[in-house]
Amino acid sequence: MDIIKFKRFFSDNIREISLILVMIVISIFVQFRSGGNFFTGGNISDLLTETAILAILAVGMMMVIITAGIDLSIGAIMALAGMIGTTVLKENKGISPIIIILIAVAIGIVCGMINGTLVSRFKILPIIATLGMMNIFRGLTYLVSKGSWVLQNDMPSSFLGIATGKVFGINNLVVMALVIYAIGYVFLNYLRTGRKIYAVGNSEESAEVSGIKTKRILWLAYTIMGAIAGFAGLLYVCKFGAAQGETAVGYEMNVIAACVLGGVSISGGTGKVQGVLLGALLLGLLNNAMPLINISAFWQEAIRGLIIVLSVMSNALIQRNVEMKALRRRNI
Amino acid sequence: MTRQVVQADGTRIIEKDRAFSWKRFMFQWEWLLLLMLVIVNIANISISPNYANTNNIMNAMRDFLDKAIVVFPMALVILLGEIDISVASTMALSSVVMGMAYQAGVPMEFAIVIALLVGAACGFVNGIILVKFKELSSMIVTLSTMIIFRGIASILLQTKSVGSFPAWFKTLGWGKVGPVPIILIFVIVEAIFFIYLVHYTKFGRRTYAMGNSVMVSKFSGIKTNRIKLIIFTTTGVLAAAAAVFLASKMGSVRPDVAKGYELDIIAMVVLGGISSAGGKGNILGCILSILVIGFLRYGLGLVNVTSQVIMIIVGALLIIAVAIPNLKSSFGQAKWIKNLSNNIKKC
Repeated sequence: MDIIKFKRFFSDNIREISLILVMIVISIFVQFRSGGNFFTGGNISDLLTETAILAILAVGMMMVIITAGIDLSIGAIMALAGMIGTTVLKENKGISPIIIILIAVAIGIVCGMINGTLVSRFKILPIIATLGMMNIFRGLTYLVSKGSWVLQNDMPSSFLGIATGKVFGINNLVVMALVIYAIGYVFLNYLRTGRKIYAVGNSEESAEVSGIKTKRILWLAYTIMGAIAGFAGLLYVCKFGAAQGETAVGYEMNVIAACVLGGVSISGGTGKVQGVLLGALLLGLLNNAMPLINISAFWQEAIRGLIIVLSVMSNALIQRNVEMKALRRRNI
Repeated sequence: MTRQVVQADGTRIIEKDRAFSWKRFMFQWEWLLLLMLVIVNIANISISPNYANTNNIMNAMRDFLDKAIVVFPMALVILLGEIDISVASTMALSSVVMGMAYQAGVPMEFAIVIALLVGAACGFVNGIILVKFKELSSMIVTLSTMIIFRGIASILLQTKSVGSFPAWFKTLGWGKVGPVPIILIFVIVEAIFFIYLVHYTKFGRRTYAMGNSVMVSKFSGIKTNRIKLIIFTTTGVLAAAAAVFLASKMGSVRPDVAKGYELDIIAMVVLGGISSAGGKGNILGCILSILVIGFLRYGLGLVNVTSQVIMIIVGALLIIAVAIPNLKSSFGQAKWIKNLSNNIKKC
């Protein structure tokens, strides 16, 4: 009985288990190659801090991908929210960081609402809609900044403290990521709206027939993504101490990669929050490990792309295998 | 005229061809594009009195024709219901390889051939992955190959650039035959070829069929894999051709060349009335939309609009072009919108 249970657990979580195994193998390899520079307290906390923003964004992207959509505009939304937030900060030095965060999230929500309206009401393919909006948001960022940068010395230390401060010895960003993952886990697994997102992703028609307001759910997914992107954009600017027109260019690819590595199917309907967390961690681990074992920066981009395509292909193979097994079981 | 139509349940009925109607004819998307083209040109002429001479227009066209080369194969890809975002990276990789081959002592003619072969290989990789893994969407595959191709280009050349090509190579991008730039001749020949291919051959009809339903096309005996592979490889080859012209125009190659071109190219195709869901649209629309976007950019450049604002305008155009046919389902109430989108859909 226990063995059957264990088998069931194993086959249900094969992706998560294999991700953890891959991560362990890579860590051990890097630990030996780098002469013990990997498993140090400093490096691990660096790794987690570097990964936190990516991981936060991956939760939102996961919801969008589960609805069988995609959002290519998040890098631009991050830049826009970060730029407007820090510009407000620059003009009014005494303003509380909380208000700046609220402004950034509000901008993100507006951007996300536009994306959501285009996709749900105007029925534009998500990739085309968000590709166009990416250009628009990026252009707006340049217009707002007028080509100039907002630099670290324009930001008061209370603001910079968001990214460098610690709670119980853990970096703020990591804490925020954990909180958002907890919320995301509960939302997607136990709340009705969260389950509806999966339903819409599996089949929009059957969701519509069973009384789900699919348009509203689609719209909601993009809006949540926008809110998260606005928030993450501010964190990004805060962490790197500079807001500029080119902030987070191409960051959406990393986020999509994290989701795909974490087992979120691009065709919609499947994906687990814990898988996405592991996917983001694996990507963060690779980013952290490649410089440690002296892989030059020029190689990193190509390797990242290769990892995405290989993981999607292995995803497909695993899926085929599962389906074959299901068929065989039915025959017996 | 009558024709036989097979219905969804397999029964055959004889259907009369729809009679020619002026209303339907006038509501075609291409007329709208033509109208936009006229408006853009009138605006350009009123901005700059020197605009309307042949020489100037030819020069203006040279600015955007390198993108136009990729628009036609991209139209085929989108007709299939797929998408290829890796074209700009293919351009970067093939021009970088061409530059390095030339630097290594290969004669320029062969270096160009090598570039085309690299483009073909890139397109083939996209195609073969999509054929072997049917469950993958072309978006995610070309998204990752986009990163890989540009990644390889930057591994090869790092932050360097290769230049000082032979003098004749420069004439490819800048030279003219009479008043007509060489690149324009190339695009015209290509456009004629694609009009023939898409609208007058079995291959073209099969592409439309696949855009409507790959499954049905497969069951009706179309070699869907082969067609998909051919189309993606063609896209790669022509992206490499565009890269050759671009390199000749710029006089050097770098790994970050042609960044963001994929958006312009997709915008041109989609504005040209090719449905992003596949199976609908024609090449004439693409030709018109190339001219509309190209001259619009040129005109905005004349009045010193910054490239950021142009970015916003192209993005907005892309979205508006896709949104208009869907207006009815979005705001079904207003009668004139209903009529407009009905008429657009019918065509």
